[in-house]
Amino acid sequence: MSDHIVWIVLFPLMGAVACALSGALSKKLCYPISVISMIASVWASVHTMMQAIESPVHEISYILGGWSLDLFPRGVGIEFRADLLGALITLVVTGVGLIVTLYSKVPVQRETPGKEPMYYGLFLLQICGLAGIALTGDAFNLYVLIEVAALTGYGLIALGSNRAAAATFNYVILGTIGASLYLLGVGYLYLKTGTLNMVGIREVIEAQSLYDSPAMQVAFVLVLVGILIKMAFFPFHAWLPNAYCHAPSTTSCLLAPLVTKVMIYVMIRMVLTVFGVEFSFESTLWTEVMPWLVAVAIVCAAVMALAQREIKRMLAYLIVAEVGYMVGGVWIYNYYGLIGSIFHVISDACMTLCLFLGAGIILEKCRTTHFDGLRGLFAKMPLTMIGFFIGGFSIIGLPPTCGFFSKWYLITGGMVSERWEYMVTLMFSTMVMVVLFFRLIERIHLAVDESGKNLGKGHGDLGLTEEQTRFDEAPLTMLVPLLIAASIVMIIGVYNQEVVDQIEVFLRAYNLPTGVSYK
Amino acid sequence: MVEDGSIFSQLLVDRLNYFIYIILLLIGLWAMIAKNNLIKKLIGMSIFQTAIILFYVSIGVKEGATIPIYLPEHDPHGSHLKVDVNGSEKMLPPEVLESSLVPGYSNPLPHVLMLTAIVVGVATLGLALSVCLRIYRGYGTVEEDELLEKLEREDARNTGRPRRRRPRRAPSEKAVATEKLKSGNPRPRQSRTNRKGAKAGSSEGTRNDSTKSVTEKRKTVRKPRKKTSPKPKEDNS
Repeated sequence: MSDHIVWIVLFPLMGAVACALSGALSKKLCYPISVISMIASVWASVHTMMQAIESPVHEISYILGGWSLDLFPRGVGIEFRADLLGALITLVVTGVGLIVTLYSKVPVQRETPGKEPMYYGLFLLQICGLAGIALTGDAFNLYVLIEVAALTGYGLIALGSNRAAAATFNYVILGTIGASLYLLGVGYLYLKTGTLNMVGIREVIEAQSLYDSPAMQVAFVLVLVGILIKMAFFPFHAWLPNAYCHAPSTTSCLLAPLVTKVMIYVMIRMVLTVFGVEFSFESTLWTEVMPWLVAVAIVCAAVMALAQREIKRMLAYLIVAEVGYMVGGVWIYNYYGLIGSIFHVISDACMTLCLFLGAGIILEKCRTTHFDGLRGLFAKMPLTMIGFFIGGFSIIGLPPTCGFFSKWYLITGGMVSERWEYMVTLMFSTMVMVVLFFRLIERIHLAVDESGKNLGKGHGDLGLTEEQTRFDEAPLTMLVPLLIAASIVMIIGVYNQEVVDQIEVFLRAYNLPTGVSYK
Repeated sequence: MVEDGSIFSQLLVDRLNYFIYIILLLIGLWAMIAKNNLIKKLIGMSIFQTAIILFYVSIGVKEGATIPIYLPEHDPHGSHLKVDVNGSEKMLPPEVLESSLVPGYSNPLPHVLMLTAIVVGVATLGLALSVCLRIYRGYGTVEEDELLEKLEREDARNTGRPRRRRPRRAPSEKAVATEKLKSGNPRPRQSRTNRKGAKAGSSEGTRNDSTKSVTEKRKTVRKPRKKTSPKPKEDNS
């Protein structure tokens, strides 16, 4: 049976409806319903992944509504396709969704009391939309799912304080511009090719060699600019920091690892599957221009992250920098860059999850995420801090974590393409992240205050009272997801070759330069 | 001035739809970026989305084509009636829709896509308006410059830096949360700011050390609340 691919999306969808309805009975039902539907969804996506690996063409296709490929040409009916890339991203989306759902019990009750049914309904719809984006094989369906994910995201953010509502307004405006530009681009694609199926569009482009068509060039620019706005690429990032910083902590745990990464997946999908390698890289100027824009983006985002004094806001700017890494990995145009980019999507989702879960726990226990409130936290919550710092080390790129390996491929790609500006800024940004996280470690482990004055008496004395250093861990429903996320970061790092193998199988179908001929 | 093939003829006659859609798109974009009033921004957003709908609908339309519903003779599921020259009626089986006849129908797909896009647009607008409502309730304005000023002031006030005076214990927080739940107060934020205002008034009063001024100042603090709170009720009635 190849129906599992549909169940990935259907379980959260049904869970969302059940949550919204169960509010009439009891608000306590929402949490178990969400957990169950997410477990089922993860099970379905693991199954789909296995099927995609085992199938001879390495992809699974399911056409909704019974318009089977045997009776009708491709493009009639909406197709759900899971090639290895789509299946991997779906697994990441549902996995992160499950972990955040497990985590959500305490913070949701505290931050949005009385609104649990609506909150979990939106939450599951968000996962449904994101998983759908990763699975769909239809360009217009992708627009609808992008809007499903975006609308639920606006709702989830605006459920926070009034400040969050004000931040949401900017997000609504920019998000709508982004999605509408994408829609317009799809219109031009349809105008020129007469189909909305992603593979169908590429087949038409290749058959009619539409490489120089002005309409296709316009479509390409519109689609990609729309997606760049949605993924908060540097000049368009203005909506992201405020939205993620003021949102309820569970919301930022779900949105921060997934939304921007899934949009990068959409960009890779557009570049490889819809427009095709030859169109995207050979007949446009993007390969020349984008690495420079990426370089500017990474430097600016890293410097802005350095200026923040609050963990959540700092992490938000880190995401903007990481988006720069992944976009650059695509546009340096070679095999290793794309491996790095896809692997970084996966590993960045895991490590951002780790960091935001950690920040959420700090917020829950200390009621602040400002740097000044962190002194001596390691004595108080050692396990949380270990989890948080595994995420931090992965962002920096220390070897046993997955961040090291993805960055390794990105840098290899930069060297093969001789894109030194990209490589140098990647290194610069790594240095900045070292500073960021070791500054945090200093705050947490040492007794140094804002002015750099040492408050303790040295030799491990933090100058804190007994009460401040007493062991006081977060509740288990929050701590266990963080530790799971941290161990996933390590496991993906250790077993990186298994993941890269699948990505390589996916990329081999596209004719990408490997740089082997390079001396 | 309007000759065949000239740029004016192309813009105003041949491609009038596309010309208008570009203009609408730019108007919408300009309103979203440049307008100061949040509601006007949303109107701009609507214009922007409508422009795209116009573009899609224009794709599907063809000159001289009919609506995309089977003409009687092409309906694959039924027979059709034909009247001869003599006036006698005959039932004929369906004719095959040849590919040469397809241009006689306009393309339904873009129109159907736009039905979905309209739904998405309505949902976005509804959500954005409700966000606006919350902004208005929280900050008392929908003008962007005033809002930004207030937001800056608020951000400067709570930088997230821990306050030393506030090592509140967990149970008291819970009690506050349950109280809020019971009273069903939808605006916890505003009530907090009001409480702060009351506190500020009382502290100033103690500095002056006269009970009269305390009551006066409390009154001045409370008065605008009384004035503002009945307003929405009147609107409702």
